[in-house]
Amino acid sequence: MGILEFISSNIQMIYLVILMIFVGIELISHVPSVLHTPLMSGANAIHGVVIIGAIIVMGQAEGNLSLILGFIAVILGTLNVVGGFVVTDRMLEMFKKKK
Amino acid sequence: MEHILVVIYLISSVTFMLGLKMLSKPDTARNGNLIAAAGMVLAIFATIFLYKDSEGNHLHNLIWIFLALAIGTVIGWIMAKRVQMTAMPQMVSFFNGMGGACAAIISIIEYNHLNHVLATTTMTPEMSASYQGKILIILAGLIIGTVSFSGSIIAYGKLEGKIGDFSIKGQQVVNIGLLLAILVSSVLFYLGVINGTFWFYIILLVSVMYGVLFVFPIGGADMPVVISLLNSFTGVAAACGGFLYNNYVMLIGGILVGSAGTILTVSMCKAMNRSLLNVLVGNFGGGTAAASTGSTAGGSTKEITKSDAAILMKYAKKVVIVPGYGLAVAQAQHTCHELETILEESGVEVKYAIHPVAGRMPGHMNVLLAESNVSYDKLIEMEDINPEFATTDVVLVVGANDVVNPAAKTDPSSPIFGMPILEVENAKNVIVMKRSMKAGYAGIDNALFYQPKTYMLFGDAKDTLVKLVNEVKSL
Repeated sequence: MGILEFISSNIQMIYLVILMIFVGIELISHVPSVLHTPLMSGANAIHGVVIIGAIIVMGQAEGNLSLILGFIAVILGTLNVVGGFVVTDRMLEMFKKKK
Repeated sequence: MEHILVVIYLISSVTFMLGLKMLSKPDTARNGNLIAAAGMVLAIFATIFLYKDSEGNHLHNLIWIFLALAIGTVIGWIMAKRVQMTAMPQMVSFFNGMGGACAAIISIIEYNHLNHVLATTTMTPEMSASYQGKILIILAGLIIGTVSFSGSIIAYGKLEGKIGDFSIKGQQVVNIGLLLAILVSSVLFYLGVINGTFWFYIILLVSVMYGVLFVFPIGGADMPVVISLLNSFTGVAAACGGFLYNNYVMLIGGILVGSAGTILTVSMCKAMNRSLLNVLVGNFGGGTAAASTGSTAGGSTKEITKSDAAILMKYAKKVVIVPGYGLAVAQAQHTCHELETILEESGVEVKYAIHPVAGRMPGHMNVLLAESNVSYDKLIEMEDINPEFATTDVVLVVGANDVVNPAAKTDPSSPIFGMPILEVENAKNVIVMKRSMKAGYAGIDNALFYQPKTYMLFGDAKDTLVKLVNEVKSL
């Protein structure tokens, strides 16, 4: 009952979820194993997009507890984003062709 | 102004898809990563300055947000720049755990907020429906994020060598029990049979325990599968945030990683001949390995001196190097490249045979060798190199074991039976560099070592390679 209502009121997002599942599969399925580790690391950085949620939570925080928790969440999210992209870049930097 | 934010989110979503696409080709990979990063920065700043809630209020606490961003950036940057290439897998696992924790904290705050709203307003039927939907999303984000966090931290600790393999009797039963406990209590919580902050934190606690116990019994070489799986978990947890805030960029980024990560995990499992179910239940690692020591190949091995090995390679037409986990541990990739260069100078054709699960992660060996300036067209994947072994004079196996074990093809009782291997036994000579006769990760003996054309060269990989280089030079 509740679940059906949830689906129908979020139907656009549900469609999007299903499409994105197929896009994700399509993007990954032809990757040479050479690139598996950098790819995993790059994907790891992209899910750092969760930081957007942390920023919204923090920007609306009232009261010390939410502020402190939000602060920690933003730091952790930033670690995920910055660390993820920098590590991936370091790995890929080495994939230069030898001249 | 809110139109601008929507368009920026659209652009960021496209950069994520484009970035992933470009990451899957060697030539465009680096730019792909930068494009996705640019999209991320754009989305973050657009959110800070342009986001408005349903009543049209901008975000506040901006100073705190920027302070947190600055702290995270500095720490993340330093950690990422300082880490050794061999320690890359645990670094990825650590950052993944941070993302999971971030998603879990968002769920906690949103739950408290929801309670606060409930206590101060009376519910209309419409609100009740959206409340139920929110609870569902909050629970999903909490559980998935928490499991991802605690699991990733354990994986990090294990790869760093700070936590050993550990399994308790009936581990599988406990794990399944915990998983069921999480599912049942979530359903009850959702239906309102149990409610309140107390039960919410109980679910949090059980999720932490599940994450820990799920990764604990799994051995080092299986860690890549786990990290990749937890990576896709965090993606799904991030997507939950997309539902909470009706935010498309979070949804797209999260689900993309969730699905791409799952495919990556499945292909890793395939390469190791294991089912995803076995991974989830924690079926491999110590337990299976101990049970299968029965099949010993037996026979006697031949040792070879370093100077004989050097002569064999120097006067060969074609040498194929099979790098494995042992090479990574000994940090011998640079010396390995040196050997390759010297042999090439004497007119020997040198190639590297890369098993899909060589090293600690698929592709990890490629990264390590690329770091030592080995050009990547010398790194040949398994399917392409296997037919070439018949025309290879010398195969040099450096710190690899299970991936060259012929039992995977011939012995149906072997735990690794069915795993695709590098068919080095087809080459004219095989030199195996190992520290000792100790079994490999799977805990089984290797019949390759006892074959007449196989020569053993014992010692630390780096040490031995340095000496080999000197021997070849002096010839």
